[in-house]
Amino acid sequence: MANDEKLIARAGRQGEPAATSGVSQKPRKLAVASEPERVGVLKTYKLYIGGNFPRTESGRFFKIVDRKGEPLANMCRASRKDFREAVVAARAAFAGWSAASAYLRGQILYRVAEMLEGRKEQFVTELFALGATRPAAQGEVEEAIDRLVYFAGWCDKYQQVFSSVNPVSSSHFNFSMLEPTGVVVLVAPDKHPLLGLVANLAPAIAGGNTVVALASEQLPTAAVSFAEVLHSSDVPAGVVNLLSGYRQELLEHFAAHMDVNALVYCGSDPGQIQQVRTLAADNIKRVIVRGLSSWNDDDSRNPYFIADTQEVKTTWHPVGR
Amino acid sequence: MVFMSAAADQIVAFKLPDLSRVPRVDEVGVGERVKRFQSRSIKRESKLAALRMVLSMIDLTTLEGQDTPGKVRQLCAKAMRLHTALPDLPRVAAVCVYPTMVAVAREALADSGIHIASVATGFPSGMTSLQLKLEETRGAVAAGADEIDMVISRGAFLRGEYQRVFDEIVAVKEACGDAHLKVILETGELNTLDNVRRASVLAMHAGADFIKTSTGKVQPAATMEVTLVMLQAIRDYYLETGRMVGMKPAGGISKAKLAIHYLVMLRETLGRAWLSPDWFRFGASSLANDVLMQIVKQQTGAYQSSDYFSQD
Amino acid sequence: MSNDNGELDFNTDWTYSPAPESSEHVKIRDRYDLFIGGEFTAPESGKYFATVNPATEEQLAEVAEASSEDVDRAVRAARKAYEQHWSRLPAVTRGKYIYRIARVLQERAREFAVLESMDGGKPIRESRDVDIPLAAAHFFYYAGWADKVDYAFPGRKTRPVGVAGQIIPWNFPLLMAAWKIAPALACGNTVVLKPAETTPLTALLLAEIIREADLPPGVVNIVTGAGATGAAIVDHPDIDKIAFTGSTEVGRIIQKALAGSDRRYTLELGGKAANIIFEDAALDQAVEGIINGIFFNQGHVCCAGSRLLVQESVADDVLARLKDRMATLIVGDPLDKNTDIGAINSRAQLETINKYLEIGQQEGAAMYQASCAVPERGYWCRPTVFTGVSQSHRIVQEEIFGPVLAVQTFRTVDEAVAKANNTPYGLSGGIWTDKGAKIFKVSSQVRAGVVWANTFNKFDPGSPFGGYKESGVGREGGLHGLQPYLELA
Repeated sequence: MANDEKLIARAGRQGEPAATSGVSQKPRKLAVASEPERVGVLKTYKLYIGGNFPRTESGRFFKIVDRKGEPLANMCRASRKDFREAVVAARAAFAGWSAASAYLRGQILYRVAEMLEGRKEQFVTELFALGATRPAAQGEVEEAIDRLVYFAGWCDKYQQVFSSVNPVSSSHFNFSMLEPTGVVVLVAPDKHPLLGLVANLAPAIAGGNTVVALASEQLPTAAVSFAEVLHSSDVPAGVVNLLSGYRQELLEHFAAHMDVNALVYCGSDPGQIQQVRTLAADNIKRVIVRGLSSWNDDDSRNPYFIADTQEVKTTWHPVGR
Repeated sequence: MVFMSAAADQIVAFKLPDLSRVPRVDEVGVGERVKRFQSRSIKRESKLAALRMVLSMIDLTTLEGQDTPGKVRQLCAKAMRLHTALPDLPRVAAVCVYPTMVAVAREALADSGIHIASVATGFPSGMTSLQLKLEETRGAVAAGADEIDMVISRGAFLRGEYQRVFDEIVAVKEACGDAHLKVILETGELNTLDNVRRASVLAMHAGADFIKTSTGKVQPAATMEVTLVMLQAIRDYYLETGRMVGMKPAGGISKAKLAIHYLVMLRETLGRAWLSPDWFRFGASSLANDVLMQIVKQQTGAYQSSDYFSQD
Repeated sequence: MSNDNGELDFNTDWTYSPAPESSEHVKIRDRYDLFIGGEFTAPESGKYFATVNPATEEQLAEVAEASSEDVDRAVRAARKAYEQHWSRLPAVTRGKYIYRIARVLQERAREFAVLESMDGGKPIRESRDVDIPLAAAHFFYYAGWADKVDYAFPGRKTRPVGVAGQIIPWNFPLLMAAWKIAPALACGNTVVLKPAETTPLTALLLAEIIREADLPPGVVNIVTGAGATGAAIVDHPDIDKIAFTGSTEVGRIIQKALAGSDRRYTLELGGKAANIIFEDAALDQAVEGIINGIFFNQGHVCCAGSRLLVQESVADDVLARLKDRMATLIVGDPLDKNTDIGAINSRAQLETINKYLEIGQQEGAAMYQASCAVPERGYWCRPTVFTGVSQSHRIVQEEIFGPVLAVQTFRTVDEAVAKANNTPYGLSGGIWTDKGAKIFKVSSQVRAGVVWANTFNKFDPGSPFGGYKESGVGREGGLHGLQPYLELA
């Protein structure tokens, strides 16, 4: 991480306008040959809300530089209103997604993995540009794919692991099963900007929640590009909404929003954690703090990550003629 | 088929209602409600009043293949002299016998005011022709029966031949003339409380003056659960038509404490008007003595022995 | 005799004579101290407060008011017991101690029931048939878990959390103590428990039993007091986990108070449950479910079915049945075995309920109350039904915590579900229909932690209980009730 940080410049300042031509994926060279070198097509990174790719309504951007300090991209600096729209989209998508069969959710998560596999090179390149070594970038993308497959497989199994039929002493059939908590805000980690997002996003949607995720502030490009994978993978619009922006600026709105049911905070900043927990109390939001130092082991690769954003519902039925 | 009857004060058109509209019954919920009645604690004056009321509601019954005129005369004697040590007891409501014993009972009871109930219609199975059922009914009434306890055709009911069951009741009611008709559902053979409720509604619409749980020949006989469902059917029928129908649980009620639970259930389901032998009966043979023992116990404070109570 | 007015009359000549449960075998002391480290000890401040019988307004006893110093003593006792005894005991031995508690509770059930009814006002029928047997069953259930918890969490090893601070309400005093203490002990934790200030006596009697059961000193500590005592527990840095049952308002304060630490918490908070009656329901049993839903324990129930949603096609029918049923409810002496609805728990709560009765009428709803007699002394509220209300009425939105039902109608299944979920709460719900498929559909759509289909207000130690949304965090009861008291590794 320390090495990564040296390679990566801090995000640009608030309100800084996008450079008109300062974005490049390669170091620029003057073309001296008689045939002009092909001019690359640069990527515009946008938000992903309700199945659309809008720019931030605020018009604000922040700049990301590559491993050599050269400008890499202008990221949308999502505002509270962008977040509000994302929650509206997530809430609207919840009824359908939570009612989708476990089998279908598994199919769709697996489809996401397939799509990511097909675009592996793009993500390796993006992570490399963000400062990862090629092998590390490749490893991260591959683990992200595998993690999607892992949680795709859990979709129709976690219920069997965590549900119970409860032997009550009256003449009732009583059972407890999990239901998704609702709209989950995910504050994705900076470490492993793609895998860290996937490791926390996949269990939330595998369990039928809809999500508003804030990509790593430091290293957002690969995470934001992941929206394209989701978009082409049969994930219904609004099930996942991805924002880029300043964590500290958005946290209070995340935590205070009364239509958010749970907040997964990945990180270990005590001030931020306290702020989130305090504001979350206004609607008894569930707050899950994940301060893992790695997203590449069984500490995050387990079904308890699904259970974290589930509610236990217990139902009683009389047993009679 | 629509029958008209002029037996009651007003003309009543008998028409089989749409039984699919009868409210459903949840067995577990009924059981819970019954437990709540059973948790009522009936003590002191309240208990004594209840015991006397139970006594007044008893149809003292003998329905055995071995019944003889002698046995029926003993029963009638018991009905008229429940317990000589207690002179101001209420009398039982009726004696209940087979049709062949009605004349014997009529003679034995004379002008005591105790009613004679006769089972009829091929009791207890009801597996005979309508013609014979009607003849048996008319015969019992002619011999002096004040009340006829008929059985429904359970086989027909379970086959869904509701109209046939209904028409039989209407015809028997007609044959009863001025005698009151109690319709035995034989709930132990109907199996579900949904069936009990539907059969109750059917019987009331067919003109039953009382509905009755059981013959006593099939287990389970009367239960509080079945009786509650029937009382609720009576309530709904009354609220819909304004006509009161009586209730008679029969079979298996041999203890005073249980009978009092039935009264609690009656009180909290139908209220004031039904707390009377005109509208509620216990079909029982050994209940009376247990009630008598309890009354003596209430008065003397000492637990009683059956050696001191006549068994007829 | 016959009825000719076409209505039922429950004003019968034959009524039930008084049947009071004897309280002779219950010895209430004049004064109760704090139960800390296995001993009853006086509060450092020397302060005591009165606990009264809400049915008579007479003082039952004086109870110690624990200060933050007393709470600190209790926490230190709990910590010491945790480290030196309880967490080191073989799990099977812990289980045996908890079994002992269950057994003694069963043996002394009558005494507990009477005391519970005297201190809290609930009818003896409920304390005898529900509260005390369920409390014993909870200890019995979790005792058996003590040496089996690892099997509840596949792929994980478990260990206890440490010292649990537990704050319980006044509506089910002993039962809530059991809900809190039993799983905590089974999982290897020690506890500091604060009963509610209006109903401390059965918890203090439980302390005596715990001492009789020879539990190591400090495993269970019981400190009495009001909000300040609770705050001292919440704020104590050496408590590892807070378990709170009470209002959403206080739950919020607790969640905020714990924001700066990693101390865990579970919250069982308020509710405003919808009890949905469809036209194809077994109507008489549904009416019984309405009665149990809102009049059980005077309506002092967080999961009470306080909003009745009834399909328009049967609304008049259901209301008529409900009123007839209400006519037979007996309100009065909690110790009378025939009492259905006892005393309101405190003067303050009666004032709250009466305020809502005012509000309901001011907002234009029609109020119906059963015509039953109530005693002159004590705190009483007749069973009450408001009709002509809608989602915008405060009596529909806010938890009243009394025997007050708000009745709304609906036309379609979707409308019923939408209205049921149109609340910040999500603790419980009821569904009444004879159609099985509809039960599964609607019960999955109602956003609540407990759904009763064709029944209501049923509880069992094996059945997890807890809320969605603002009704709380975490579950109590059953296998799922273990997790709040364990670290999973």
